[in-house]
Amino acid sequence: MTLKRAFWILGIAGLIPLAIGLYIRLVMGRELTNLGSIVPWGLWIAQYIYLAGLSAGAYVVSALVYVFHVERLEPIGRLAVFAAIVSLPLGLLAVLLDLGHWERFWYVAAFWNLSSPMAWMILLYSAFMVVVLIQFWFLMRRDLVAARSTPGWRGRVAGVLALGSRETSDAGASRDARVVAVLARIGLVLAVLFPTMVGGLFGVVSSRSYWYSGLFPVVFALSAVASGAALLALVSSIFQDGWRAHRDLIVTLGKILLGLLFLELLLQAAEIGVGLYANDPAFHESVMLVMFGPYWFVFWIGEVAIGFLIPVAILASSLGRDPRFVALAALGSLVGFVGLRLNIVIPGLSPQEIAGLSEAVWDPRVSPNYFPSLFEWLLAIGMVGLWLVLFGLGELFLPLGREHPVAPQPSEA
Amino acid sequence: MEESAISRRDLLKHAAAGAVATSIVANQAVAAATMPPRKHRWGMVIDTQRCVGCEACVIACKVENQTPPGVYYTVVTHEPLPGGTTDRPVFMTKPCFHCENPPCVPVCPVHATYKRESDGIVVVDYDRCIGCRYCIVACPYAARYADFGDDYEFLPAAGAPVSPEYKQYRVRTAGQSPIGNARKCTFCLHLQDESGNYDEASGRWPACAKTCTGHAIHFGDLDDPGSVVSRLLRERNAIRLKEELGTKPNVFYLL
Repeated sequence: MTLKRAFWILGIAGLIPLAIGLYIRLVMGRELTNLGSIVPWGLWIAQYIYLAGLSAGAYVVSALVYVFHVERLEPIGRLAVFAAIVSLPLGLLAVLLDLGHWERFWYVAAFWNLSSPMAWMILLYSAFMVVVLIQFWFLMRRDLVAARSTPGWRGRVAGVLALGSRETSDAGASRDARVVAVLARIGLVLAVLFPTMVGGLFGVVSSRSYWYSGLFPVVFALSAVASGAALLALVSSIFQDGWRAHRDLIVTLGKILLGLLFLELLLQAAEIGVGLYANDPAFHESVMLVMFGPYWFVFWIGEVAIGFLIPVAILASSLGRDPRFVALAALGSLVGFVGLRLNIVIPGLSPQEIAGLSEAVWDPRVSPNYFPSLFEWLLAIGMVGLWLVLFGLGELFLPLGREHPVAPQPSEA
Repeated sequence: MEESAISRRDLLKHAAAGAVATSIVANQAVAAATMPPRKHRWGMVIDTQRCVGCEACVIACKVENQTPPGVYYTVVTHEPLPGGTTDRPVFMTKPCFHCENPPCVPVCPVHATYKRESDGIVVVDYDRCIGCRYCIVACPYAARYADFGDDYEFLPAAGAPVSPEYKQYRVRTAGQSPIGNARKCTFCLHLQDESGNYDEASGRWPACAKTCTGHAIHFGDLDDPGSVVSRLLRERNAIRLKEELGTKPNVFYLL
């Protein structure tokens, strides 16, 4: 229970900076950010791609249950779908805060530009969100109906969320399973395409050597799945009776994570190796910034040590059979992925596209150096807090456990 | 009397095909009539040999367009030529290049930025732009700037700045466009007359070119063989930046 308590304290503490940050954002706009015109995207965009990846990745893990019927992972199927649901709107919040005119967000639907990867990404985001929400409801429907009779808040929340459904028969449950089976297949395709398109959004920018690569969309999809697996290894050791109940499952997730981390290493090495060999000056500058720039520790300590070496050392050794250490490795790689996301966005933008631009005018908004301002940190940390609180609330009020497992029914599918 | 060789079915088929063909042709005729043909290709030829690095163009642009801090529709860089034998700086004024294939246009998720059919100037619809800054990221020439809402300090009597951009005369107001939008050089299109022409003699000419002390910035219609810019391109060797990206800028440099 102590882990869960720490989770809640962190989450609620995070709501304070969120409130302060939102107030500043609403009253003063974005003047207090350290963004500029050379580095127009920063911490919040990195946070968006992190959360988008987390969401799609968690969903792919759930597809192991609802599409591929991996029974060992069945107990966390719903938890995985729920993790996808919690991460998605927070990603949207990060983007909204970042937009110059967030009140015009709906323009994307109204004036949709077919040739813009960003427009496609938003379409995939929306479709994914809809499919996941509907699937999640069908996953929980029977348990929500059953939970209506629970006294107190839980019963009332369940009653509202059941949306008037009262069906508790087995026939109803098998219909639910059929719906889930179809939606899970559609959702899996979207969960792969969505982060791929996020990568595509960066990959198509031919003037940014650091991004302009066919591998980029693939790296995004892969790192999404890896971060999703890490997230589930971590939360399943905290929630739903924690690591004691999920021993085998967490160890399995640890093995999956280990494989994905090595795949990630392979792709990253290919990406950086090819770029450096070709000796493209802008690419070289970006890589040097990542490795030996002022924020070298984000790469060497965050990505390499905490995000890769320590998790691999744990997962590949006998420690990988202890769910507590697997959870620790998962936490490490989740931290590493933060560094990965930051090191995609900022160093890609920092090399100046016109030599001498930042010396041509002396202006903090025309600078290749970017470090998030206190205001940006407040909101970023606050959004993490909100994520924790939403997740905790869901765990409290939603039937995420396996009281009445709906799927898998291999014969049906 | 011989029976007609054309069956009813064939007749209907041919009629249908004819109708389709007619409608396509008619559609094209309508499109041709309603879409104005390209009248101009405004562009610049910038003679770096004549630039003295005074940066009057930067100031003239700021005054003309009333741009806030952090937004520069033109800048003057002073870097030595890469691979050159000296470290003597080359002064280079750099407005938006109004590319023939602008990379900033297709990435906009809401069609807020586009290349004008009539004269090729790349513009931003401030009321459409959501401020995602993808265009700024995609521009290979750093020609686009984000307006984060910073302001210069003026005496209260001066009032809020009014920008003539796009002939919209917007009063700078917190939270209102163009604050929060992507902004860029427009070749001072607000100085065009109703027919879309500039007039150098009466001062209706892009501010940077008008003010250039060394006569380094030449502006004009690249499609008009008699224009100064066309003549310079014929007589001198001009370069464009980052040709390898296929953007086809309409701003040329003479080294």
